[in-house]
Amino acid sequence: MSAPLLERREFLKFSLAASSGLLVGLYIPSGTKDAFAQEASTSSFMPNAFVRIGNDERVTVIVNHSEMGQGVYTALPMLLAEELDADWGKIGFEPAPVDPKYNHPIFGMQMTGGSSSVYSGFEQFRNAGAAARAMLVAAAAEKWNADPATLRTDSGAVFDGANRRLTYGQLAEAAAKMKPPEKVALKDPKTFKLIGKAKSRLDTPEKVNGKAIFGLDIKQPGMLTAVIARPPIFGAKVRNFDDSHARAMPGVRKIVAVPSGVAVIADSFWQAKVARDALKVDWDEGTMSGFSTTQMMQQFREQAKSPGKSVRKEGDPEGAFASAARKIEAVYEVPYLSHAMMEPLNCAVDLRADSCEIWTGTQFQTVDRMSAAKVAGLPAEKVQIHTTYLGGGFGRRANPQSDFVVEAVHVAKAAGVPVKVIWTREDDMQGGWYRPAFLHAIVGGVDAGGNAVSWRSRLVGQSIMAGTMFAEAMGMTKKGYDPASVEGADDLPYEIPNLGIESHQAEVQVPVQWWRSVGHSHTGFATECFIDELATLAGKDPYQFRRDLLQKHPRHLGVLDLVAQKSGWGKPLPKGRGRGIAVHASFESYSAQVAEVSVTEGNVRVHRLVCAIDCGRYVNPGIIAAQTEGGAIFGASAALFQELTFEGGRLQQTNFHTFPVMRTNECPEIETHIVENNEKSGGIGEPGVPCTAPAIANAVFAVMGKRIRKLPIRMTEAV
Amino acid sequence: MISFTVNDRHVDVEVDPSTPLLWVLRDNLGLTGTKYGCGMAQCGACTVHLDGEALRSCVAPVSRVAGKKVTTIEGLSADLSHPLQRAWIAEDVPQCGYCQSGQLMSAAVLLRQKPQPTDEDIDEAMTGNICRCGTYPRIRKAIYRAAGMMTKGGAK
Ligand code: FES
Ligand code: FES
Repeated sequence: MSAPLLERREFLKFSLAASSGLLVGLYIPSGTKDAFAQEASTSSFMPNAFVRIGNDERVTVIVNHSEMGQGVYTALPMLLAEELDADWGKIGFEPAPVDPKYNHPIFGMQMTGGSSSVYSGFEQFRNAGAAARAMLVAAAAEKWNADPATLRTDSGAVFDGANRRLTYGQLAEAAAKMKPPEKVALKDPKTFKLIGKAKSRLDTPEKVNGKAIFGLDIKQPGMLTAVIARPPIFGAKVRNFDDSHARAMPGVRKIVAVPSGVAVIADSFWQAKVARDALKVDWDEGTMSGFSTTQMMQQFREQAKSPGKSVRKEGDPEGAFASAARKIEAVYEVPYLSHAMMEPLNCAVDLRADSCEIWTGTQFQTVDRMSAAKVAGLPAEKVQIHTTYLGGGFGRRANPQSDFVVEAVHVAKAAGVPVKVIWTREDDMQGGWYRPAFLHAIVGGVDAGGNAVSWRSRLVGQSIMAGTMFAEAMGMTKKGYDPASVEGADDLPYEIPNLGIESHQAEVQVPVQWWRSVGHSHTGFATECFIDELATLAGKDPYQFRRDLLQKHPRHLGVLDLVAQKSGWGKPLPKGRGRGIAVHASFESYSAQVAEVSVTEGNVRVHRLVCAIDCGRYVNPGIIAAQTEGGAIFGASAALFQELTFEGGRLQQTNFHTFPVMRTNECPEIETHIVENNEKSGGIGEPGVPCTAPAIANAVFAVMGKRIRKLPIRMTEAV
Repeated sequence: MISFTVNDRHVDVEVDPSTPLLWVLRDNLGLTGTKYGCGMAQCGACTVHLDGEALRSCVAPVSRVAGKKVTTIEGLSADLSHPLQRAWIAEDVPQCGYCQSGQLMSAAVLLRQKPQPTDEDIDEAMTGNICRCGTYPRIRKAIYRAAGMMTKGGAK
């Protein structure tokens, strides 16, 4: 999942920019007035863009966010069904087509990211349900010649005082003739029947019998498959290629140069892949052929020695550091990372003279449509996107350049027939748009009483926003740094009187992008490890030390206390085991975790992970737990196993044997505890990620007395 | 031409015999429930049964299954009645769902061989199946639940 933006004010600014047309070209006027005109039978009622009620009692919720595992096809229908008083057993869902009416209410375009689907849809979907309900009630009132105020609704039907009953299906036709209400009253949360309940996910049945359709599964009449020979080095260009062998291979229909490489178009995937592998491409390697991540990190270390652009400054961090009783300097490093969604990228396109139909699992419908239209030479409204299920997204499927969509349109153009481009795992991993590598140089000190008196962080890494259409909306030029690079460090909640956060933007030609929890994926690690180091320096318990510095942050304290209590913090553990703690806020939610680990012959084993999460008012606790656990496992994979490295411009990792993902035998016992409150809803897809790496690293210190300052964890590099 | 049985249906396919079974299932037979994740027996997304044993179909040339019996996720049960499917629904296992066909097919072999699996048995049988969404804890619970359903005799 992606989050270009952290804070509410940033969100608002961005949305303002988008809606006032400052983001040129981002706003597409509606070309498809009624996207459902064909599908909606005359006997169904579609009071607004988000719901359709059939005379067969089926209630279909049209969901404007992509389902990539995070549960939006269940949570958003729950919001609508709640206010509609629908019968939950009759609820279905459908992905929305691309249309401005499905724009994200905060981001001003149709997209899924920033852990924002549920909180941005909280009112939107409830309002849509309440509006539909009002029209059904009005229709019943007319039939019974009754005052609407005397009627009530329950489980998909309207009742009058005498308990006469008309079902929504029976009322659908009449309701369609009612005037949509201008304003609707929403339920008192105390009366919620669905919101807050662990309803089963609606998409599970088709995900356990092979029926769920992902982008990879798309098949249209006459559709061919393409596999592309891609540059071995970023920026490399095809000088020329020899396809004499490949062309003669069975099933091969066409071999053409496209901007991203050489496309082999064949009847089936395997034929295309084998022929692709048989191509001889002569690459102009470009400027990146000497690129090495070892050298790059060395440069980052050099850069960190000089002051960066100031992001936040309070007091006199340098002076306080100089005069601190005890002090510490630490450099934390994290590598490039691949999203490695289980389903490699793919995109199917049927390009005609006056239309372009696209089937893909995307998080970025509006941008993709715009980009595809440009390549197709068509107006945007002639481009249709069918959003399939996404076999994982984690941000990769929200590409600012729509790389996988644009490429497929190019291939379709060359093919002259419908075509599906499939990326192999190796193509996907080597295709760029990674979580950027980052370095955090932090210095800090405590006074004689063990109180933290100084903290100065310098962050060095690439900007994910630079050069994208979002850079300006994020205020990058004015700020002089990328807010997404420093999110989670710039809002350090600890009460430390002398505090400095500085940013160095590294210029490296490796394409980078948001990756589940974005900046928080590295700032959480560096800040929560360093605060732990300060605690040790102060001779204090890491939990208590954090507590003392968080007195003005009740929600941080809430999750911290909860996780400490549930994990048995301070209670004895079997010999050879240690606990580590971390707390971090992201995407309007608060997360804390305790990891229990042991280390045997240099191998770190995580036995137990206790998670506490405060995401305000939640919709479905089952999904909250699943996302928190999934996020923690995602974070643990990065902490223990994952890195992308380059030598001679070439990526050293290709597939899951060199870029491992945590497996079930390595997976700890995980428990999730949810803080109950009535705060505004926050995100849930990403906040589970940032605490896991520092909790594990801090636990390793508890067992081994050695600090982990580099991910993935290698005991040989511990200090 | 290569002949074999898929989900109790006899099929003849006209393909290069070195083509991995995965792509024959997906591209020639339209059985897209079996997924591609790595193409090198690393992730388990492509797991099917060959004469009842788990097979990574991405690395098995179709020639290897000639005359044999292949079962895919579509053949686990037609109506979600398999105890594993019921358990998966009860525990709300899938997130993105992409890995789940493979997970279910591996779990089905496990339960046939070890109707009362231990944690170690689950580790052994399921470690070849990656889930990037991190559904492992629920998969484990669902396997135990399915095992329970099967011993109670409540399921076929
Ligand atoms: S696709 Fe066969 S094991 Fe990964
Ligand atoms: S559910 Fe997404 S990879 Fe397993």
